Amino acid sequence: MSVSLGVVRDPFRALCIAFVPESAELNEPGWRELESEVERALADRPTAIQKQMVLLIRILDLLARARHGNPLAALTPAARRELLTRLQDSRWLLLRRGVWGLRTLAFLGYYSRPDTAASIGYRADLRGWEARR
Amino acid sequence: MNRIQADVVIIGSGAGGGTIAQALAPLTADGKKVLVLEQGARLRDDEYTGVESDMARALYEDSGGFLTEQGTLTLAFGRTYGGSTAVYTGTSLIAPERVIRAWDVPDLDHDDIARRCRNFAAQNHVHLLPDDEINDNNRLFELGCRRIGLAAEQFPVNVNGCRGSSLCNLGCPNAAKMGTDRVQLPAAETAGVEVVTRAEALRIEERAVIARVSRPLDGEKGLPSAWEPGEYRIEASAVVVAGGAVGSPALLLRSGFGRLLPRLGEGFTCHPAFILVGEHEERITNDVGHPKSFYLDRAQEEGYVLETCMYFPFITAKNLTGFGPDHSALMKAFPRLQMILVLACDRAVPGNRVSVSGKGVTRVHYEFTPEVRSSLARATVMAARIFFAAGAVRVHAPLASPPLLTRGQADQLDQKISAHEFLPGRTSVSAAHLMGGCAMGRTPEDSVTDAWGRVHGVPWLRIGDSSLFPDSLEINPYLTIMALADRTAEALMGDSAALFDS
Ligand SMILES: Cc1cc2nc3c(=O)[nH]c(=O)nc-3n(C[C@H](O)[C@H](O)[C@H](O)COP(=O)(O)OP(=O)(O)OC[C@H]3O[C@@H](n4cnc5c(N)ncnc54)[C@H](O)[C@@H]3O)c2cc1C
Ligand code: SF4
Repeated sequence: MSVSLGVVRDPFRALCIAFVPESAELNEPGWRELESEVERALADRPTAIQKQMVLLIRILDLLARARHGNPLAALTPAARRELLTRLQDSRWLLLRRGVWGLRTLAFLGYYSRPDTAASIGYRADLRGWEARR
Repeated sequence: MNRIQADVVIIGSGAGGGTIAQALAPLTADGKKVLVLEQGARLRDDEYTGVESDMARALYEDSGGFLTEQGTLTLAFGRTYGGSTAVYTGTSLIAPERVIRAWDVPDLDHDDIARRCRNFAAQNHVHLLPDDEINDNNRLFELGCRRIGLAAEQFPVNVNGCRGSSLCNLGCPNAAKMGTDRVQLPAAETAGVEVVTRAEALRIEERAVIARVSRPLDGEKGLPSAWEPGEYRIEASAVVVAGGAVGSPALLLRSGFGRLLPRLGEGFTCHPAFILVGEHEERITNDVGHPKSFYLDRAQEEGYVLETCMYFPFITAKNLTGFGPDHSALMKAFPRLQMILVLACDRAVPGNRVSVSGKGVTRVHYEFTPEVRSSLARATVMAARIFFAAGAVRVHAPLASPPLLTRGQADQLDQKISAHEFLPGRTSVSAAHLMGGCAMGRTPEDSVTDAWGRVHGVPWLRIGDSSLFPDSLEINPYLTIMALADRTAEALMGDSAALFDS
């Protein structure tokens, strides 16, 4: 099985923006690139993990509604971060793991993009020193 | 099921398997068939692109992020022709005498290990990089150590024709890193050993291996296997397991050897590690040049080792604690970042082990002991001191709260950094020096093999890889693994009359 993030697109993007604020500036092709990288990574994982990730995103969205009366996508990035920080610092390992897993996926999607590498000034080149001198 | 007859089957082609393949190659001159089964693929030279996510997927198990059962530690290990040597950094150290002595394995002495390590170091072109090939990221570490009165040591590395692309952990794009994929396996193949890639050993039976050969997936990197896809039963006089510290115990447990060997899977250690970054005011050379030139060995005194390192955007992002604007600001400072890897010297303790589920899925159980947490905290303080001494204006330290420390706080590091801030599941920890699971020792009650990789009670079954370590090595392990694998091969050659005639 391979998971599609389409079913949780809005909350997933809202989470990505909380983890990496610059992702808010992505255009639609940029988001697709990010999401397909994440989907590709999830596809390599057991089905149970894929389902758990989607479930976790849904639970976070419900939690946002319960605490703030709005879905994740309608919260400010700061409010989303506050929610995620609480969970990340939680005494429950399962919650901390969940946030860590989502954060890892968001970083994977965002920082694997060639545009991102260039924008942060990462310049490694196969030719090494020769490319710099 | 296809049937194949061989004399020796080696499972795995990494530091251990590649070494054994080369050492057993002379058997082929006597008409013996020596096979290596490697579950990963063999890449063409032009497939080493340095693109982080593509290379991680092509060369590592789980793209380098194999998660432990507790979900609090990721393990990086190779799954390709050459195993983890295709992705290692190639720092080449000889095991400390005190560690081998403390292992207390009868018939294993340090002189023998050191002698073999020196031979492999020569074979792999190990040397110190000249000064003009060392980048700022490494120089600043050495400078920081010097300024606080400590002497960093230079890593010997096994490169030949290094261009300084800094991409070692994504597979060398310049064929310059002398892993088993470049040295021992090609030599073995030239001599007549057959290496079959995309061939996963599923189970070991009495003098036989059941393996599955897979075809490449659409768009996947790597050459097809030399064998047709399908299941194989390979009968052999001797089977040598060299699937690494996760793969070897898992395969043996899956094959039912746990009943005979109660210690199988136990004693897993891994030098759990995280990175610290220091931000400088000016650009430094960091993503060009060999990534790892210096280290500070505090293993004996304080239970940790610090190493220079340089990672790629995603791995860096993942390894920094937290998220949001502060995290992004650090990532945007990439050209000004200095990096240090801190590694804890963990101990083999009950519970940290490899197991397999009822369905045969490999699991690694790992809890961070209080000693490991304290070592990581002490190491973090030391790394932060080195950064500030080298001129960094800010330091990101996972065990500080908040993690970002400014130069003004340089004299409060002991107060700011604490093991209490280590929260499994929040603190990003990873490991690449995986050890143990099929430990050497005396009897089946305390170990899995003797000092020569002979599995207790099963004369035709041998082990030759990092799983043999009875405890952590406290230093970069690949040369020691090659030395132990060489001993396994030597013992097998010595026993060959009995093995091949029976
Ligand atoms: C990123 C990274 C950097 C490192 N840097 C250094 C360094 O600078 N210096 C140093 O000393 N060490 C370093 N190491 C560690 C070193 O590479 C390993 O300790 C060493 O390669 C382990 O050797 P091994 O033979 O036990 O296992 P591996 O080299 O991992 O090889 C095991 C092989 O067996 C195969 N296999 C497993 N199970 C099966 C099966 N059932 N069927 C078929 N094939 C199977 C795997 O696919 C793999 O290719 C690094 C490791 C990593 C991941
Ligand atoms: S730094 Fe040298 S050894 Fe490492 S990948 Fe680049 S060329 Fe190869």
